[in-house]
Amino acid sequence: MERKKLISDDGRRLDGRRFDEIRPIKFKIGILKNADGSAYIELGKTKVIVGVYGPRELHPKHLAVPDRCIIQARYHMAPFSVKERKSPAPSRREIELSKVIREALEPAIFVELFPRTTIDIFAEVIQADGSTRCAAISAASLALADAGIPMRDLVASIAVAKVDNQLVLDVMDEEDKYGLSDMPIAMMPSKNVITLLQMDGMLTCEEFKKSLELAKKGCMEIYKKQKEALESYFKNIKEEK
Amino acid sequence: MIYFSQRQIVVPGYMLAEGNYEAGRNVYKEENRFYATVIGLAELKDKIINVIPLRGCYIPSVGDVVIGKVIDITTTAWIVDIRSPWNAFLFVKDFLSKPLNVIKEDIRNYLDIGELIIAKVTSFDRTKNPTLTTKEHGLGKIERGTVIEVDPTRVPRIIGKKGSMINMLKKETGCQIHVGQNGRVWISGKNREDEILVVEAIKKIESEAHTTGLTDRVYNLITKRRVSNGKEKTNI
Amino acid sequence: MATSPIPSLKRKQIYELAESGKRIDGRGLVDMRKIEISTNILDKAEGSASVKLGDTYVIAGVKFEVSEPFPDIPNEGVLSVSAEFLPLASPSFEAGPPDENAIELARVVDRALRGGKAINTQKLCLIPGKKVWTVWVDIFVFDHFGNLIDASALASLCALITAKVPKTEIIGNEVKILDEYEPLPINSLPITITLAKIGDKLLVDPSLEEEEVMDCRISIAFVEGKDNQEHICAVQKGGKGAFTYEEILRAIDIAKVKSQEVRKIIPCGGK
Repeated sequence: MERKKLISDDGRRLDGRRFDEIRPIKFKIGILKNADGSAYIELGKTKVIVGVYGPRELHPKHLAVPDRCIIQARYHMAPFSVKERKSPAPSRREIELSKVIREALEPAIFVELFPRTTIDIFAEVIQADGSTRCAAISAASLALADAGIPMRDLVASIAVAKVDNQLVLDVMDEEDKYGLSDMPIAMMPSKNVITLLQMDGMLTCEEFKKSLELAKKGCMEIYKKQKEALESYFKNIKEEK
Repeated sequence: MIYFSQRQIVVPGYMLAEGNYEAGRNVYKEENRFYATVIGLAELKDKIINVIPLRGCYIPSVGDVVIGKVIDITTTAWIVDIRSPWNAFLFVKDFLSKPLNVIKEDIRNYLDIGELIIAKVTSFDRTKNPTLTTKEHGLGKIERGTVIEVDPTRVPRIIGKKGSMINMLKKETGCQIHVGQNGRVWISGKNREDEILVVEAIKKIESEAHTTGLTDRVYNLITKRRVSNGKEKTNI
Repeated sequence: MATSPIPSLKRKQIYELAESGKRIDGRGLVDMRKIEISTNILDKAEGSASVKLGDTYVIAGVKFEVSEPFPDIPNEGVLSVSAEFLPLASPSFEAGPPDENAIELARVVDRALRGGKAINTQKLCLIPGKKVWTVWVDIFVFDHFGNLIDASALASLCALITAKVPKTEIIGNEVKILDEYEPLPINSLPITITLAKIGDKLLVDPSLEEEEVMDCRISIAFVEGKDNQEHICAVQKGGKGAFTYEEILRAIDIAKVKSQEVRKIIPCGGK
């Protein structure tokens, strides 16, 4: 099969971006009223809604941990989020992503403050165009902040791919599908630590290092947008109508 | 070195200061750096850095008066939702003045699921669920009126400096108002209209909590509504 | 999980208010909450709409799939409606397969669309007896503040009327899907209106608090017939209580008027 050309001769990607450009990004905070915290993200055409409940009592009780709260995360894709309708029943992929999303966020949360309780994070992908787990993590971190849950830092996430022998930042669906590698990363940017790292495909050690560098740059950009979104939302609340 | 201006909005992870300070509420220290843990307003007072939270759940504290909802029953206690991460226990002896034989009598006859109480927190340390008592003046089962919920972080504003806001509301509406530290407010007036007016005023305080001149605006709202309610009545 | 009980105090207040023709959120008994509809909110769904009914928030998405027809209607497309009560939508919702409430809701929405012949399913036949379009309507509840049925029915309808079906080319027994689209053939606009019974009063568009204390509810779907008259195309009674004969008739009269009001705010008049 002939591979689709993903980078043009003048170095542009399918949507016209340069290799190190992220897609237009939009955050909305506090979009749900029932949830204790909520956020919405648009990363290009990827759209995710995240709601957070807690800390709250855990049922069944035997799952509770005596000295900290547990974090439960659920990543789920709407049937209409992709081209071919997806069954709404959770797939193995969604179960794995739920786990890595939880583990990407947990290091940021002061779990020891809420023994025997749970914090529940629900991410619903309503449109998927690559990097959905990254979008879910970046939005979840804002939803946690909106719930007033104490955290060491926000968590920002982005993916790097290798396409046509070129490393590119913020992977969209076609680059993921036809690319040579995909590497999602999440960071606590002001702590400079990585809380999610996955990779598939094939990279040299040199390329891997470069991917990390590029991802870090991307996370810093996401982080900046996250802070802006939080500050402007709470500034409005503070000054209000 | 301080990296914020007074009452600046900060986000979790924001580096507030470096050096010789103390971490107050919602601030953590790593090496000699201080960071915010929640979204809030940063304040420095006598070398102590605090972040006043703009969002958050209610964390019980001994001595707090809270408004709770009975959600379950054991043989010797009621389990009470106080909007905190942990449900509270109200033991029979802390509610009834006389001893009760729990084998012979159903404690639901005294306080049932779905009923509301105003109570005081008697113990809590995060490792054990909080306990409550109603055996003090002004505490007990809530039998009438309206109870609403507000963000617990807005409670200080609803009470006001030395009770200024709440006292004004009581005086102007003639309602009894009890503000639970857990963000539930019990309003009991002579009629439903007065209660509805207080609800509207409290919702306004909640949404404009961090603005200045709020007491005056709430006062104006009440007098304005009063006038229009009065008109309505004369028309009928 | 047990839902947190509604305070007995609030129950008393809602019944008292209803008795004097009032409601806890200031509405009159037959007033609906504010409705906000957005259509075409997603590109990957062939049709999509979000509806806010007060603070109740649902999104419906439409997808098409070539499938085999039902043997008893070999020349018609298939409509399939499902609903997910997402765990982020309410502290009382849990992750897992749709429960009886979600299934009931999907089936009530389905019946209104089917009974009201909202879609021209004959035009969705590709190869008679062999290949037809299945129209998937997926309802996602994001914020539950009561009356999910009306909000979901409206979102589903709005997603369908803005949906685009891929054009096809039939080569022998094979269906080739083209990269061109045409509007989904719509016949009618069924509108579902739900009323809650509180004491002997009927309340249109119950809020969550009202639903929690109501005796029972009734949902009635209306569609405008070729005779320009309103016809009932689906009904569902829900909840533990019972309606009197007179109450049912009263509910129908109210719902009929309300459904016409709602139909007027459907984007582009449903075209």
